[in-house]
Amino acid sequence: MFAESDLNARNKRVQGLFRMLFLMMTVLLIVPVAIILFTLVSKGGSVISIDFLFTNPTDGMTAGGIFPALLGTVWIVAVALLASVPLGVAAAIYLNEYAGDNWFTRLIQLAIINLAGVPSIVHALFGVGAFVIFFGFGTSILAASLTLAIMTLPIVIVSTRESLRAVPQAFREACWNMGATRWQTIRRIVLPNAISGILTGVILEVSRTAGETAPIMFTGAAFFLPFLPQGVFDQTMAMSLHLFVVATQVPGVPEELPFGVALVLIAMVLIMNSISIAFRMYLRGKKKW
Amino acid sequence: MNAIIDQDDNQSPEYAIHTRKLNLWYGTFQALFDVDLSIRNGMITSLIGPSGCGKSTFLRSVNRINERLGYVRIEGDIDVLDNNIYDPAVELVQVRKQIGMVFQRPNPLPISIRDNILFGHRLHNKGSKADQDEIVESALKQVLLWDKVKDRLNHKGTELSLEEQQKLCIARLLPVKPSVLLMDEPCSALDPKGTAAVEELIWELRGEYTILIVTHNMAQARRASEECIFMLMGKVIEHQATEDLFVTPAQKETADYIEGRYG
Repeated sequence: MFAESDLNARNKRVQGLFRMLFLMMTVLLIVPVAIILFTLVSKGGSVISIDFLFTNPTDGMTAGGIFPALLGTVWIVAVALLASVPLGVAAAIYLNEYAGDNWFTRLIQLAIINLAGVPSIVHALFGVGAFVIFFGFGTSILAASLTLAIMTLPIVIVSTRESLRAVPQAFREACWNMGATRWQTIRRIVLPNAISGILTGVILEVSRTAGETAPIMFTGAAFFLPFLPQGVFDQTMAMSLHLFVVATQVPGVPEELPFGVALVLIAMVLIMNSISIAFRMYLRGKKKW
Repeated sequence: MNAIIDQDDNQSPEYAIHTRKLNLWYGTFQALFDVDLSIRNGMITSLIGPSGCGKSTFLRSVNRINERLGYVRIEGDIDVLDNNIYDPAVELVQVRKQIGMVFQRPNPLPISIRDNILFGHRLHNKGSKADQDEIVESALKQVLLWDKVKDRLNHKGTELSLEEQQKLCIARLLPVKPSVLLMDEPCSALDPKGTAAVEELIWELRGEYTILIVTHNMAQARRASEECIFMLMGKVIEHQATEDLFVTPAQKETADYIEGRYG
């Protein structure tokens, strides 16, 4: 009565087949990442040292370290964050907590989606036109960072909105029913509970900003500079552009140097991502609903 | 309509909530039809009726939380303590302060028990730090929760059991001194023990607050209310002293409903 029928057996075979197929697809996903990391470490690992991180490039960038580029990337990312985080978080709060569902809100949402879809090189040209020329910032950290900020704004808005949306509506209703205004509700209940998600989004944005090349190469990042930036109106070297330069533009670079630069860049990104994930896990563990 | 207890306090009006020709539409769907209700001050009134009869809708228009939906249209008046709450000059925050609401699912805030109790108080009393301990103690005592939680006031409100959470939700309304408490099926998420405990608490609050309670549970309406309103298809069918409504209903629809023929 409970024995396996032919149909059962066939269904089982098919089910096993699909399971195998999906598993293989998943494994395939990991392969490129593993190969990239392995190649970078094996070919570029030898150049990594404290000196490499903290000295200037020498001999026409065929030797020496990467300090100006490393510091430049930190500058660009920091200024970009200062611009995009307040703007993006404020916009997300408006959209999620205040705006009704009307044509205006939908138009803004459409604009955000489209902003996310604009190719980075187009952002770069916009940055040149708007920040370098029109606002007169010149090719500078400020112009590069603002270009990046506009490019990453959709990520901040979308991730912030998602964190805000994750705060149960019942909390808001509880507040409103005690006579709290929207702002009191946001300030006392919604933001404290959404902050982990917002910060996670911000950190993910950092890692993306750090790796971008196109938007900064015309707006603020320099091929080579013999000095460090002193302020936001200076140009600077940057990791991503430096990698491009030593890999393709300069003759006589030892083979392991570009790999070393790439390894440092990817390590920065991975470290930021890990911090973000660890942080999120820590804060989630503390939540109780 | 029979009065069970005559309110001899001349200061307060006889009716806490008084509606005239209240009609309400969700978009094009009419949910309430010419609702004329007079709900006695200081009494527990229950609202019963089958799902979709408009009882929750009515409850939610008394503190104007319905209008947040945007597509709601209301005609007619609702007076709370002789003031029309739909008057353009009315400040919504003051309405919410006077009229507290308890939800079906307990919704304590994810902050400490103490902060839950003080949340409303802090909203309405800028900067006064004095008496906070007293406020917390008296509110928790009123909801019969003090002995259980007095040693863990710093624990999160969301860590309590559902019954305790619901009591906390009632307690946090009290420091702002509301006159009306609206309860939307306050026990439906609780087990029988919790239900009994919350009903006991509601009964304790009788007299001090006007309580309007929506319930699916007829036995609960019978146990825990003094007057009872039966609604059907957006209309008020009958409004009587609870005992009379269940023993000698005046309308056939009411009799059918309480005998379980529908709903």
